[in-house]
Amino acid sequence: MEHIRLPKVENVRLLDRVSPRRSRVGTLYLTATHTIFVENKTGVRNETWVLHSLVCSVEKQAAAASGCSLLIHCKNFQVLHFVVPREQECHDVHLSLQRLSQPVLCLAERHTELYCFSYKPNVDEKERCQEWDFLDLKADYSRMGLPNSLWKLSPVNQHYKVSDSYPADLFVPASATPPVIVGSSKFRSRGRFPTLSYYSKENHAAICRSSQPLSGFSARCLEDEQMLEAILRSNPCSDFMYVVDTRPKLNAIANRAAGKGYENEDNYSNIKFQFIGIENIHVMRNSQQKMLGACELRSPSMSDFLEGLESSGWLKHIKAVLDAGIFIAKAVAEEGVSVLVHCSDGWDRTAQVCSVACVLLDPYYRTLRGLMVLIEKDWVSFGHKFSHRCNHLVGDPKEVSPIIDQFLECVWQLMEQFPCAFEFNARFLITIHSHIYSCQYGNFIDLKLLRERTHSLWSYLWKNQADYINPLYRPDHSQTQGLLRPSTAPYCFKFWRGLYNRFDQGMHPRQSVEDYLRAIREETQQLEEQLKIAHLEQEQEWSVTQKAVTFDKSPTAWALGNDLGLANTPQDYTGGFITSSPCQPKAPDGRRILLTQDSNQTSESNLSSGSDQESGIADVSCRSPLSTDSTRDPDSDEAAYSAA
Amino acid sequence: MWRMLCSDSRYNRRAEAPCASPATTCSSRTGRRAALGRFCCSSGTSMPLRKVWKTFWATPASSLMQATVKKVWKTFWATPASSLMQATVKKEYLNLQGRLLSSVKICTCSSLTSQAWSSVSTLHALSRPSDANLPDQWGLSSPEKHYSQMKELHDRWRLSTVNREYLVCPSYPPAVIVPKNIDDDMLEKVAKFRQGGRFPVLCYYHKKNGTVIMRSSQPLTGANRKRCREDEQLLQAAIEGSDKGYIIDTRSSQQALQASMTGGGFESKSCYSSWKRLHRQMERGKALQESLIKLVEACGDEYHNMDRWLSKLENSKWLSHVQTALSTAGLLAECVERDGHSVLVYGSEGKDSTLLISTLAQLIMDPYCRTLEGFLALLEREWVQAGHPFQQRCAHSAYSHARLQQESPVFLLLLDCVWQLWRQFPLALGFSEALLLRLATEAYASNYGTFLCNSDQERCVLGLKENTHCLFQALLRPRERDCYSNPLYEPTELAIWPSVHPQSLQLWRGFFLRRTPQARHLEEVQEEIRNMVIKWGKLALS
Repeated sequence: MEHIRLPKVENVRLLDRVSPRRSRVGTLYLTATHTIFVENKTGVRNETWVLHSLVCSVEKQAAAASGCSLLIHCKNFQVLHFVVPREQECHDVHLSLQRLSQPVLCLAERHTELYCFSYKPNVDEKERCQEWDFLDLKADYSRMGLPNSLWKLSPVNQHYKVSDSYPADLFVPASATPPVIVGSSKFRSRGRFPTLSYYSKENHAAICRSSQPLSGFSARCLEDEQMLEAILRSNPCSDFMYVVDTRPKLNAIANRAAGKGYENEDNYSNIKFQFIGIENIHVMRNSQQKMLGACELRSPSMSDFLEGLESSGWLKHIKAVLDAGIFIAKAVAEEGVSVLVHCSDGWDRTAQVCSVACVLLDPYYRTLRGLMVLIEKDWVSFGHKFSHRCNHLVGDPKEVSPIIDQFLECVWQLMEQFPCAFEFNARFLITIHSHIYSCQYGNFIDLKLLRERTHSLWSYLWKNQADYINPLYRPDHSQTQGLLRPSTAPYCFKFWRGLYNRFDQGMHPRQSVEDYLRAIREETQQLEEQLKIAHLEQEQEWSVTQKAVTFDKSPTAWALGNDLGLANTPQDYTGGFITSSPCQPKAPDGRRILLTQDSNQTSESNLSSGSDQESGIADVSCRSPLSTDSTRDPDSDEAAYSAA
Repeated sequence: MWRMLCSDSRYNRRAEAPCASPATTCSSRTGRRAALGRFCCSSGTSMPLRKVWKTFWATPASSLMQATVKKVWKTFWATPASSLMQATVKKEYLNLQGRLLSSVKICTCSSLTSQAWSSVSTLHALSRPSDANLPDQWGLSSPEKHYSQMKELHDRWRLSTVNREYLVCPSYPPAVIVPKNIDDDMLEKVAKFRQGGRFPVLCYYHKKNGTVIMRSSQPLTGANRKRCREDEQLLQAAIEGSDKGYIIDTRSSQQALQASMTGGGFESKSCYSSWKRLHRQMERGKALQESLIKLVEACGDEYHNMDRWLSKLENSKWLSHVQTALSTAGLLAECVERDGHSVLVYGSEGKDSTLLISTLAQLIMDPYCRTLEGFLALLEREWVQAGHPFQQRCAHSAYSHARLQQESPVFLLLLDCVWQLWRQFPLALGFSEALLLRLATEAYASNYGTFLCNSDQERCVLGLKENTHCLFQALLRPRERDCYSNPLYEPTELAIWPSVHPQSLQLWRGFFLRRTPQARHLEEVQEEIRNMVIKWGKLALS
């Protein structure tokens, strides 16, 4: 609290990003965890909540006659443009926000400023502990059929002695002895020796992961060669294995000068070496920045936007990751060949590629629980540096990179190509994305005392799974079966508006097929149950049941919301002509990015959808995305009438 | 002009996919597939036929058809005019989205004699769909019927038959709706003042506030600012009782100024004091055709890298045209629905972009136009009857090597815009994507007469209404209706305002990439949705 220099500012204007002429006047409150903007309007209580840990940057612009602009960029791609009337106030808010959005690491009470330590939903301690037992990685390995005669659980990293960024429980080839493992780990960056990530029961092919070997120009390591040999022998059906270096060849060669590098095919028996060429974290960071720049353009033309998208290279990188995943998935499923994947440290590109390959290979990872397991396995347990990459704490800005964003986007691109193959919907991915950055849950923060004091995202998601189910998913659908074979022709890649322009409400489809189908599906299930009961009951009771079964034409959930409240709002057709005629008197302004929060606030604690509620977007505020629309007034858009 | 497109039977089936229900296949035994050909003709100065072209799908079942074609072909060569002919027979393999498509194109440039036409007529009779269940009347509606249904109109608007002989305006239907106190003599004078005689007529009446949309062609003011009192009176009569109206010119003000140098022009402020002119530049004609060619070319190569694809997509400008069309239509609808003023729309000829935006604006505002019947009736009214020159515009699609002056995919652009509306309001339209795909196919190759010819007059002269079937009626038959209706349709009275942000507009993958396996997945989704709704509907009823 000591960082808040000014708890409340009045007469602040919040500008609409898409059409800046629209603005709302209200009061800005600063609290320990959130900044809250409350609109001054009688009748409708319209609030915007911004979680401080989601704030990425706060920018104060030069003072103008109307006031001083404060631009807040959030990690979930929300951009808020406030205009504060007095410069001093703006200055104070700016400094407070800057401090609040950057939790510091102090040695005595480490990480206590992180939101996950102050986030206390209404859950008792016993339940909280159970939350952490929700996902069990061992269960996933036994689902794969492990351990078996070919792969065994190795206790070698039990106390994180061999590699501190690896999990304690690791699967290694049955023939790999502890000296071989330790020897191999000494020859690998940060001790990340080759270990199992995915095992295919059907043909014994496996995906293994590691970091780069410390080969330099000519160094060799017998144990490392034995380790790879052991992996190869764990797949009795195949007489060679792939070693995939996900870096561009030039980068790998440059690493040799630093005593690192890549495997020499001559030194390892029966390996096929392959570069894939995914760029490093710095390229990815810049690319995303450029792409977001294109998203934030004010009233861009189609060409502006497409040029921006092209020059950012973002989709190119997404394609590279997916291509790599496909290569590995095909090697495993079609050729039955084991693959060892690495990049430099084996925690960024390797995690991406292995997890994409898993999604392609195994229908299980395309289910709700499966994706959670996958992220827990390939990302959390194998030491993806979430705190650095997502900038949870003040750190080196060069370490920040949207690696996990790219994985989620790859999954989304696959969902677009195979709409019936995934049990979850895009809302699920977006929710995961925002919680990875929000620090509300302890899952993505690398700290040992987390389990004692914080909550787990996975059980929260599981509890609310109804919101994340894809109504089109059918486990027995042809798209759902076996290996996914996506096309990687460039025209198959789309811009993910739902994530990067998530808060620009006006850009999204005004009606949701998904919500409609979900309502239909639920009702169909209810009806089926009722019919079953009806069959069991006596015939005279039929008529009673009949009555209960009668529905009006539309599904009930749909009837809740006014589907077209929003629809009845013209867009900016670069209008700018009708100056003389004022349109209808301004009614309560509806078409805002933000929800009306009155009901949600009270339920915050048990719903605990923290950042989603605060940011108040319709597609994540899962309770009833439609009902929020009902408060929107159709005739509120004056922007199109603005002067040219 | 002849064109023959022979493709493999798989392609053929795809082209007919929307109606490939078992029942249809039965009825096609008599060579229906062979009949999926189309040709059309237009009257020239000397003879009724200047151009005949035909798209022909060669399948084993089409031997009868081929024989007939050969016969016509011989007749064609035998004519004296054939000395002028340049025939090129090209066999080319078009890689259409990864699918080999062998096509034989026979292109000649010539004028056909009436003899040739008579043979062609026989051929055409043969190519009619063998389904005899269609009603006698051709078309869904007529201007007369449309007028009589719109009771609200009758106070201030009347149905004029000044064009019954097609003398006042060759491209208008015989009956049009005009302000009540403008008589036919005045209309004739106005017609002389408008390019191609396309004087302002009513195309939409907005019931909510009584405002209207009218369309016309540009006024022929010329460089010396000619005036036409009758034209001024007509426009004044249209906004009687209101303080002003808007004129939406689909050219930039610069283009309009240039047009006045060559005899065209625009309404000057001084003469039309209560009208406010708005310019919105929309591409038309050749630029649009080039755009389509570039886009299709870009979609054809799946081995591009990402940068190349995006730059080609951008470079084609197709999506920019979609954006402009939707935002101009939005502007038009705003003028009518929110500002409450009547609007006159035109470009230069008033046959292309004018129709495009008036159609889209009606879809945005009018709930009836969003039903399946309403949409087809809208297309019939605004495109077929209003004289969009389908034959000139939709002769060759994107693979033509002969860069024709008149070719332009305006209708395709309309369908794309409607698709964007459907994407943004998936529950508000009564028809499905399949309908749009079917229409896009039929506009270029059809065994129905609907999209033949350039105007009502030509259709009348060639007796199309007697000799061919109407596509729109066929699409409303029960089994077709099942395929083309939107299972999620929820009628709404409100206007549906599309978003025109670049992020909101997407490439119409279902059409431009319809031969890819991904399109199959999307079709599966639509099937799945339909099944879900049917299942739910059955249970709810039981």
